[in-house]
Amino acid sequence: MKQRLFVSLLLGCTLSLSAGAAWAEVERYVIDTKNAHAFIQFKISHLGFSWLLGRFDRFEGQFSYDPQHPAASKVEVSIETASIDSNHAERDKHLRSADFLDVGKYPKARFVSRSYAEQADGKGVLEGDLTLHGVTRPVTIETRALGHGPDPWGGYRRGFEGTTRLVLKDFGIDYDLGPAAREVELFLSVEGIRQK
Amino acid sequence: MTTVAASASGPAPEVEQYEIDVGNMHAGIQFKISHLGFGWMLGRFNRFSGRFAYAPGHPELDRVEVTIDTGSIDTNHAERDKHLRSADFLAVEEYPQARFVGMRYTRTAEGQGVLEGELTLRGVTRPVRIDVRELGHGTDPWGAFRRGFEGTTKLVLKDFGIEYDLGPMAREVELFLTIEGVRQTEVWR
Amino acid sequence: MLRSTRQRFGSVAILFHWGIALGVVALYALGLYMDELEYQDPWFNSAMELHKGLGMLLFAAILARWLWRLVDVQPVPLETCSAFEQWSARVMKAVLYLLLVLVPLSGYLISSAEGQPIDVFGWFQVPALISGLPEQGDVAGEVHEFLSNLLIALAAVHALAAIKHHVFDHDDTLRRMTFRPLRFSSRE
Repeated sequence: MKQRLFVSLLLGCTLSLSAGAAWAEVERYVIDTKNAHAFIQFKISHLGFSWLLGRFDRFEGQFSYDPQHPAASKVEVSIETASIDSNHAERDKHLRSADFLDVGKYPKARFVSRSYAEQADGKGVLEGDLTLHGVTRPVTIETRALGHGPDPWGGYRRGFEGTTRLVLKDFGIDYDLGPAAREVELFLSVEGIRQK
Repeated sequence: MTTVAASASGPAPEVEQYEIDVGNMHAGIQFKISHLGFGWMLGRFNRFSGRFAYAPGHPELDRVEVTIDTGSIDTNHAERDKHLRSADFLAVEEYPQARFVGMRYTRTAEGQGVLEGELTLRGVTRPVRIDVRELGHGTDPWGAFRRGFEGTTKLVLKDFGIEYDLGPMAREVELFLTIEGVRQTEVWR
Repeated sequence: MLRSTRQRFGSVAILFHWGIALGVVALYALGLYMDELEYQDPWFNSAMELHKGLGMLLFAAILARWLWRLVDVQPVPLETCSAFEQWSARVMKAVLYLLLVLVPLSGYLISSAEGQPIDVFGWFQVPALISGLPEQGDVAGEVHEFLSNLLIALAAVHALAAIKHHVFDHDDTLRRMTFRPLRFSSRE
């Protein structure tokens, strides 16, 4: 970890020296999963009667943000699929099995952004590729910039929320949960700590 | 139920009794509070139980009771959860349970309504209003009849004696609730 | 006769033996069956509830069997059995006893992985005393499946051995675990 930080610092310095001022504006953030100021929640209908609510307990990621050119922002998130948690042990075991996420075979899900468009009011659209269950598909996330500024502990933070919907079948998850449960809604909340 | 029915004119309305399906956890109590205005802190209560009565066409007979195990708070961060269980927040040793009793349901539109009731949290009882959406009802694949709802509400932490300073953005907590009940053949009062 | 003697098992031990045997076979079959059910199957929920409820009751019966064993007389091995037979019977018995505890325990650890209690037919709940271990649900699940298969395989060997003694050796190995009179009842 320390070593990686050192390398990225070195790399950062070299790049900013060679590229000049244009690079200096890009802010790099590490998503604060260590103190769990980021969440990946999902919601899927249970037979049309209620919601099955769950989340992924372990993931990590980073993003870059350029206040001058928000469109240049990039995000990468890697999710441990085995950390699925719907507050029910047997159901989670089933969700980890080959019927759903098949976490033995596909231990990671991954999102890599491709483009970002932000409006003046902070709302935006983030497009990227999600790899889940071994299938990579484009997804569109509607985002909202929540805020940014110094935190009480000497760091600088920036946060976003986002929502999107996935069709389970698109990712090769064919298990029949009934017609009301073909799509899953995601609510994402990420807060990043700026890296120096 | 019978006493209420007796005072009404005409035939006694049928009141359906439901037990919230926490055995298979088809229910959830989630909360969301701003973290310094930069992000959200999302959490839930893992243990609770409850029941509700629903009288089709007679919302005045509807009633909900939910008991929450406050020690089951879970924000996906062990140390923070420990802090939230402490006297700074929920004081779960002294107040191991929170309780909501919904006593008045008013339909505002088809499939929507407002549930008014009282929430007892950290030993303080205050009125709360929950915006409700009726999600659906019907027979499940396992032979029982189910009915489910979702609801949202906001609480001001200070109202319940939680004074810990989390910054100006974090004075209110938003709740998202979903309950699915399995209709009971035995009637409770 | 409730208690066992040196020659034969008493009615308590006999009832424990056959009750637990029946329970093990039934739960094994139910386990295989429920594993194949799709979510929308009418039995999906009740098969699991039945398996968990019966499993906890059987676990209690096994623990009660252990306690009873502490105060009961242990029948001695039949003199007609060879030293190898006596030794292998003793090892088999120890392994079966161990598995009879480990199988329900591993099953319990699947359900308790996230802290939820196990409901036993709405009569009472068994609290989740052990939860939150890394990958508890999945590891316990693998262990439960493996040990269940092992238990059934060993129980089959145990049963075949008893039948061999009954049919081919014409001794009292099987009879003394039933209510039928012994063939060679000398000192009863």
